[in-house]
Amino acid sequence: MSVLRLEDVWKSFGDHDVLRGIDLEVAQGEVVALIGSSGSGKSTLLRTVNLLEPIDDGRIVLGDADISDPRVDVDAVRARIGVVFQQYNLFPHLTVQHNITLALRHVHRMKRRDADAAAAVLLDRVGLAEKAAEHPDRLSGGQQQRVAIARAVATSPELLLLDEVTSALDPELVGEVLDLVRDLADDGMTIVMATHEMAFARDVADRVVFLDAGRILEQGRPSEVFGAPREERTREFLARFTA
Amino acid sequence: MSSPSGRSRATGSPPGEATVPSGEASGPPHEGSRPPREVSAVELERRAFRKRQGAASVVVSIVSTLVVALIAWLLIINTPGWARVQQQFFNPEIALASLPRVWDGFLLNLRVLAMSAVLVLLFGLLLATLRTLRGPVWLPLRALAAAYTDVFRGIPLIIVLYLVGFGIPGLQLIPVRLPVEFWGTLALTLTYSAYVSEVFRAGIEAVHPSQRHAARSLGLSHGQTMRLVVVPQAFRKVTPALMNDFVAMQKDVGLISLLGAVDAVRAAQIETAAYFNFTPYVVAALLFVLLAIPTIRLTDWYTARVRAREQIGGIV
Repeated sequence: MSVLRLEDVWKSFGDHDVLRGIDLEVAQGEVVALIGSSGSGKSTLLRTVNLLEPIDDGRIVLGDADISDPRVDVDAVRARIGVVFQQYNLFPHLTVQHNITLALRHVHRMKRRDADAAAAVLLDRVGLAEKAAEHPDRLSGGQQQRVAIARAVATSPELLLLDEVTSALDPELVGEVLDLVRDLADDGMTIVMATHEMAFARDVADRVVFLDAGRILEQGRPSEVFGAPREERTREFLARFTA
Repeated sequence: MSSPSGRSRATGSPPGEATVPSGEASGPPHEGSRPPREVSAVELERRAFRKRQGAASVVVSIVSTLVVALIAWLLIINTPGWARVQQQFFNPEIALASLPRVWDGFLLNLRVLAMSAVLVLLFGLLLATLRTLRGPVWLPLRALAAAYTDVFRGIPLIIVLYLVGFGIPGLQLIPVRLPVEFWGTLALTLTYSAYVSEVFRAGIEAVHPSQRHAARSLGLSHGQTMRLVVVPQAFRKVTPALMNDFVAMQKDVGLISLLGAVDAVRAAQIETAAYFNFTPYVVAALLFVLLAIPTIRLTDWYTARVRAREQIGGIV
């Protein structure tokens, strides 16, 4: 059964159509990489799935519920989805541990002791156990992003959205974050990620989706899209990355 | 929410019909290159729902407002003394008769307000800037500015009015007698500058250090950085707080009546004594409320505009 299904999703900002009829289905445990140049609609697509942007037309189905219906409880929907942002968006006034336990305690009503224990396990997994009591601004970018990922998966979401999670990091720190994402993918997490890391997409994704001007121009297994792109636009785009 | 222009809306399509986007235009092209697109039945139903929901919330808000107003009204007019209070405080004839004098006084309030608002902004900003100066050379100025804000935020405005309005003229520094509204303006400026400077300082400190680094790395001096980068951003951050202080000041200009100036409050007092009726005070109060409302609305509008311009994405 598919975890996420987009049916003919349209979204415009003013006169500019950002998404122009997106159809996409993501299966349980699948890792989908969205690639495409800036402005192709990758980030907007992720934001519409998390209901941060209302869509103009079409349908977004999470599990078996149409979440684009205005009658749905958006908070309940968002509680089922984990999101990691390009700029980490950690809460600077909370310690690393409290960043992770915030939703566990206040959305999922977990007891403080249990939430703290869960955070400790996660922090250990992302290799930051000794930073639990620090505030985010004292951490490096890579460490902050690893905390952000831990925060997103703490609530065991059905779907994890990654919005160019390594774009704000310097190259030395990209590896540690990608290793963590790979780890989650191996664990069976369903992931949709917008990325500029072509090598990583080729390596980890089950499917690569090439977006161009708000449409899905081409999609398939990484070996197909990267190895033998059908569309001229895709070839052009990929050529810039391998040059 | 602006409805997407240039898109024709499907009408009468049966519910549950599959979505049919048409990439190519079926009619004449609207507004440049944008082709009209059929909107799906699902989306039309959603829009109808949102519209109904919007209409329902309007109805609910009107009904609840009316109910609250009715209850308040009934509670007040059923009090035993209502008839007397109405006669003493809400007498339309006396309101009309006293309006010209109260209005004349109110114009004095407006003049004092306009003058002190400008002075407060300038003086408050100066104080805030003094407090943000770095380096040991500036210690005396920093300390002076800090002491000033401490003292003038501590003294009640009424006492400042008395001290300035009666004390300074008593020094006979200047040979001419200055009008009361001059001293009133001075007292208001002294007190409110202390508050406003703290608001500015909070705003200046809330501008992220990286902005300062970026400006200095371009070669801008400390002063240029403050003037061109930090203060404009600080100003935006603190506009609501500043407007709040401005509204408070709009009412406090009424206190200059304590110095003997015939402003709206003093005029109302005179009229009240003449008619043995409190209605003139209510008239003055109404004028002050009418003065405050545009400021409050303006603040809301301005903050919404700034937010729309500088922040991407919807408000969650």
